[in-house]
Amino acid sequence: MTKDLVNVTIDGMTVAVPKGTPIIEAAKQAGILVPHYCYHPSLPSPAVCRMCLVEVEKAPKLVPACVTTVVEGQVVHTDSEQARRARTGVLEFLLINHPLDCPICDQAGECELQDYVFQEGRSGTRYSDYAKRYNPVEDFGPDVLYVANRCILCTRCVRFMEDVAGTPVLNVSERGDRAYIGIDEDQLLDHPWAGNVVDLCPVGSLISKDFLHKARAWDLDKTASVCTGCSQGCNITVDTRDNTVVRLRPRPNLEVNRHFMCDTGRMHYRWMNRGDRIEAPLVQDSGRLVATDWDRALDRLAGLVEKGGDAVLLASGAASLESLGMMHRLLAGTRLTAVVQLPIGESEEPLQGIPNLALRQERAPNGEGARLLGYGTDWRAAVKTASSADLVVLLDVTLTDAEAALVSGAAAVVVLGTVQAQELASAALVLPLTNVVEENGTFVNRDQRVQRYKQARTAPGMSRPAWWVAAGVAPTKVAPTLALAPTPATAAQAFELVCSTIPSLAGLTYADLGLLGRIASGMAPGLAPTHALAQSGPGGS
Amino acid sequence: MGYPHPSHAKEQPVLSKHFGDAGSRTVEGWVKRGGYEGLKQALGMTRDQVIEMVKASGLRGRGGAGFPTGLKWSFMPKEVTKPHYLVCNADESEPGTFKDREIIRWTPHQLIEGCAIAAHAIGAERIYVYIRGEFTFEYKILTAAVEDAYKNDVLGGNVFGSGRRIDVVVHRGAGAYICGEETAMMNSIEGKRGNPRIKPPFPAQAGLWASPTTINNVETLAAVPHILVRGAEWYKGLCLGSPKSTGTKLFSVCGHVQRPGNYEVVMGTPMRDLIYEMCGGMRPGRALKAVIPGGSSVPIMTVAEVEDCAMDYEGIVAKGSMLGSGGMIVMDDSTDIVYQVMRLARFYAHESCAQCTQCREGTAWTTKILERILAGTGKAEDLALLLDLADNMTGKTICVLSDSCAAPVVSAIKKFRGEFDAYLNRTKRPVMVAV
Repeated sequence: MTKDLVNVTIDGMTVAVPKGTPIIEAAKQAGILVPHYCYHPSLPSPAVCRMCLVEVEKAPKLVPACVTTVVEGQVVHTDSEQARRARTGVLEFLLINHPLDCPICDQAGECELQDYVFQEGRSGTRYSDYAKRYNPVEDFGPDVLYVANRCILCTRCVRFMEDVAGTPVLNVSERGDRAYIGIDEDQLLDHPWAGNVVDLCPVGSLISKDFLHKARAWDLDKTASVCTGCSQGCNITVDTRDNTVVRLRPRPNLEVNRHFMCDTGRMHYRWMNRGDRIEAPLVQDSGRLVATDWDRALDRLAGLVEKGGDAVLLASGAASLESLGMMHRLLAGTRLTAVVQLPIGESEEPLQGIPNLALRQERAPNGEGARLLGYGTDWRAAVKTASSADLVVLLDVTLTDAEAALVSGAAAVVVLGTVQAQELASAALVLPLTNVVEENGTFVNRDQRVQRYKQARTAPGMSRPAWWVAAGVAPTKVAPTLALAPTPATAAQAFELVCSTIPSLAGLTYADLGLLGRIASGMAPGLAPTHALAQSGPGGS
Repeated sequence: MGYPHPSHAKEQPVLSKHFGDAGSRTVEGWVKRGGYEGLKQALGMTRDQVIEMVKASGLRGRGGAGFPTGLKWSFMPKEVTKPHYLVCNADESEPGTFKDREIIRWTPHQLIEGCAIAAHAIGAERIYVYIRGEFTFEYKILTAAVEDAYKNDVLGGNVFGSGRRIDVVVHRGAGAYICGEETAMMNSIEGKRGNPRIKPPFPAQAGLWASPTTINNVETLAAVPHILVRGAEWYKGLCLGSPKSTGTKLFSVCGHVQRPGNYEVVMGTPMRDLIYEMCGGMRPGRALKAVIPGGSSVPIMTVAEVEDCAMDYEGIVAKGSMLGSGGMIVMDDSTDIVYQVMRLARFYAHESCAQCTQCREGTAWTTKILERILAGTGKAEDLALLLDLADNMTGKTICVLSDSCAAPVVSAIKKFRGEFDAYLNRTKRPVMVAV
């Protein structure tokens, strides 16, 4: 695809960018960050904060880099004396009414005001003996608190709700330094994607009640992961403090979720910290489940699988591709019915301003992965079949009482799970699994995008990923055809092994995926997502 | 100035000829006074012909910017693919300015005619007159005049039988100075918050509802019928100073003169003549101290600068200030310059739309520093701080409200520094600052 490219020199570095690119984006390509507040690549640009003023040779005044498009041969200085003085000026102006809340503000440590002031603000204030303007804290709704005093009026929240979420409930009220963000009367910030305003807020003005005073930013370990809420596969960052998940945040991926995630996914992390875990492998011994070591447990599993017969594999739609694939291989020697559990949500909640982004009705992250591996989706039929099967393997699923009753009719039930459950009592074997933040793995989202998630905390007890369990059963014992494949010792190896059996994923490695994923090849082009926010002129990204 | 005093001999009553004459408010009355001939003439001309005529006359925007009007009209697209709009800026909020009010109050049809001719020239069928909300009385007069115009086919679907459609919508403002800024005005007309927009895009490309729009001041538009009827050469000939400043200008003179009011003079008229002759000079026992010639956003002038200043765009610039809106505030030696500057800064702080950081915070901070100086608790560094803030507030924002706050502060400190020092070193008693 040929594009009109424009050459522009920024701080001595020349880059070629498509026509219509704003200077601030061209600078990114040159590896230069132009300090800014109100600009955001997923929001329309109003150029109100005035932080991004840069010097352009031959221009009479400093220009805002976020709305000034590049011109052929332009020479830009982002760090000249003039530009720096302008930025220091803006920072000083922002600080005169900004309260000295850092000691009690959640944003400390991940605050753009702190960052830039530290970088090039004044070391002392000249605003002496004057009162700062005061506005009270306001509760905007389900999760968001608005600390008006800290607001720098960048209006990112207003623009997000209006242009991206499509429900303009936030506005700028009042004029001058009395201005604050108001919410429409009798309205709440309860839009399914409203939590993103907390991420967008550069300072600690819009904060999450869920995260309030839970942890300091510098106490957090941040790990790249993928949301397990639905088949959209939003890229996220898992923030842990002392091995406990305290927050989920969206991770930028221009092809999937841009900079956003829905509130459902965002708030759904407490289950990751559950304490009632299965701690060790349990084997059925004289009517009781007795804890044992993995060697004995895997031996017992091999024995059950070797017997063959009719097997039913009931798998969770949140199981990784590696786990689903290896478990499927494990049972290849049986007459296998493999089915994946895909909960269906009430409705789809799109983020209307972003193409192809929504909370999907299929509330499982790896339905596509399961389908690619040949898993069926008729859950009810499979559960019925299970009631008379020789071997039923439950892969991290929760059963209703009725389903548990049916499944217990099978000759032998092997449960791989994370948390203790009633129906486990009659199982032949119970094996402890790691959950999504305790292992490495991949999901395939609804657009056939294979995405990695990384381990964010240590696995408790003796839990292991399901692919490891399957790999631990020596292939010679189960199906001669599998003997030729090397036993995977890492998730990466398991991934390669599993991909080798799927035509559209053949040959993929973790290195190919990076942290932004990759679309499986050989699929219909119409399913590839587009990002329509690019190249829409000065107001676009 | 027409009323209540008769025009001074040195005035040139063109726009103000019928000020004080209530009979001008009806179509019938206006026609009797020679009105609507300009519109009839324009309807028989092409768009380009009208534009060339106005270009040749040298008419420049009378709202404050002084941009050549014919040139501004020529920026509109030649082909009408999206609807073209004319916006008449009747927001008149620049402190010290009260000329547009009189034009609307006495001669609304002069304005309507000017708007209609301009609409024809730019290919527009709809005119929005944005009148400031505080002009309740003028709003009633204007809407009555518009109704009367519709009744007489001066407006509507068949203006003077030409088959042309020209509509006027009178839109009331709601008390924001910033809505006088052309892009903020367009946002306000669209029902949004009156925040100025970034330019580009310019209104002639994408203005009201992303369609080509021209915004002109009331006084500018009121001059247009006269140019049509009496010719561009005549208008160009009204010139006593720089040839780039032609025609007449309404100066709203207020302050410490004997006869404040609106005075219409030929461009280039000496400022001395206006103040001392037409306005009757200072109050008894008082001497001139300072003049703000063009609305509060322009630098203050000293007596020496006023002395031989020609009142046109170039002449006032030559003396270190700007013609602006022509809102002239005359201050005699009883004036506390520091207090006046504080009061101006307070106005800008109140009116800032809050988009740009420098304006939102800087205007308020400037006000606070000045209030403290007046209260007798100013610090020695305060003047340097004020100048530094003014520098940070100039040339860095979406619109020039920020610059407008800085200009009087900088000029006052530069030219009347002694007054500031008197407060700082406590040789002057502190002043009660009203909240």
